[in-house]
Amino acid sequence: MKNKKKIRVLIAKPGLDGHDKGAKIVALALRDAGMEVIYSGLHQTLEQITQTAIQETVDVIGLSIMSGAHLPISEKLINMMKEQGLDDVNLTVGGVIPHRDIPKLKEMGVAEVFPGGTSFEDIITGINKLFE
Amino acid sequence: MIRLIEDSDPSAFEMLKLLYPHSGNAFIIGITGPPGVGKSTLIDALILEFRKLDIKIAVIAVDPTSPISGGAILGDRLRMQRHATDEKVFIRSMASRGQKGGLSRATKDAAIVLDAMGYEIIIIETVGAGQGEFEVATIAHSTGIINIPGTGDGIQTVKAGILETGDVFIVNKSDKPDADELVHHLTRMISMRKPFKTNLAKTNWTARVLKTIARDGTGVKELADTFLSHFDFMKKNSLLDQKRKKIEKSYFTSLLKDLILKKVLLFAETSGEYMEVLNKIQSREMDPLSAAELVVNNICVLKSNN
Ligand SMILES: Nc1nc2c(ncn2[C@@H]2O[C@H](COP(=O)(O)OP(=O)(O)O)[C@@H](O)[C@H]2O)c(=O)[nH]1
Ligand SMILES: [Mg+2]
Repeated sequence: MKNKKKIRVLIAKPGLDGHDKGAKIVALALRDAGMEVIYSGLHQTLEQITQTAIQETVDVIGLSIMSGAHLPISEKLINMMKEQGLDDVNLTVGGVIPHRDIPKLKEMGVAEVFPGGTSFEDIITGINKLFE
Repeated sequence: MIRLIEDSDPSAFEMLKLLYPHSGNAFIIGITGPPGVGKSTLIDALILEFRKLDIKIAVIAVDPTSPISGGAILGDRLRMQRHATDEKVFIRSMASRGQKGGLSRATKDAAIVLDAMGYEIIIIETVGAGQGEFEVATIAHSTGIINIPGTGDGIQTVKAGILETGDVFIVNKSDKPDADELVHHLTRMISMRKPFKTNLAKTNWTARVLKTIARDGTGVKELADTFLSHFDFMKKNSLLDQKRKKIEKSYFTSLLKDLILKKVLLFAETSGEYMEVLNKIQSREMDPLSAAELVVNNICVLKSNN
């Protein structure tokens, strides 16, 4: 690796989603790709997610959303990130996301979208690409 | 700022130089013990107690870096997330990034930053495997060592030298059977070591043994009070200054080692002698020990002649 700087990722599940098995497995895959992964668990409010991103100086926030509320959640979080000056932080969203919503998310400012079924390789490549 | 320290960014060290004079006010608590004994859960409960006293508190949670990938899962924060939006609580996870014992120099540097930022208490969580518990004691003013009942022979859970290292021994998960047995065992061990104590800095503080259930907060107020009374005790007996001196000395010494090593290696490697000697080692004309002695002696002579 040329770049000595480690990529730090915050994995969080906003809202009322019931389980976090998928998010935990992704966290492990990212660790195995050499990233430092802060896992903050279930039921995170957007305030918690932004504050955590600040305190942990992460490069990427990875949201896992299964509830179908990815559009309003992403929009609100992006606004909060802007308010808090988190301009250098990339927001990525994964979970149950219909393909037709991907352009909408990107337009809002989401850096990468990983809909259900995306392979670990593609997630890792997608994140690494943000830092090239 | 802490991020720059972790990435060994040169600008971080310039900032550290400026911040250092503003540090030295925080009370630093080390919490250590084997994986899974409830360190993070207990710190979460401690934050709650210290916040009741309106103390501004920071946590540095160190987790091991995977030696294979260089990545890490930093999961301690998960247990403390209810404090994420409290303005007077700052939680930072750090990966050990391959340093021995799991406690990196970056941890000490980060503690200086948080100290200068006005956090009154800084708790450092570190895994007590190998040397972890001894290392945290070189940074912390007060060290709490966690054990849990039911992990087999009590004697085995007490590593050599650990009685001298701990200021507070915590028996967590005391909702499980045999907690009292472990408490008695630890208490007996501590009282037995009393007459042999030689270290003056510790002579007057008798390590405490406390039972907690981190999950529901039982015993955590007593634990918080014990740490605070240890702090008061050290202040009253001028032990705190001694402790600080010791901490700064070990920090300074390790910085010296780092710097000297870097400079000397650079110097040695760019001198012609280095290659010459390396070749001689390879051809068995010279053994590596004599070669190292020769190179170091020459460098030291050069320096003192200047
Ligand atoms: N029964 C019981 N479980 C506990 C207690 N404290 C923590 N735990 C559980 O022990 C597990 C490990 O806790 P954690 O704080 O992550 O341990 P760490 O690895 O030492 O930081 C978690 O599932 C906790 O819920 C306790 O006092 N009693
Ligand atoms: Mg932990």
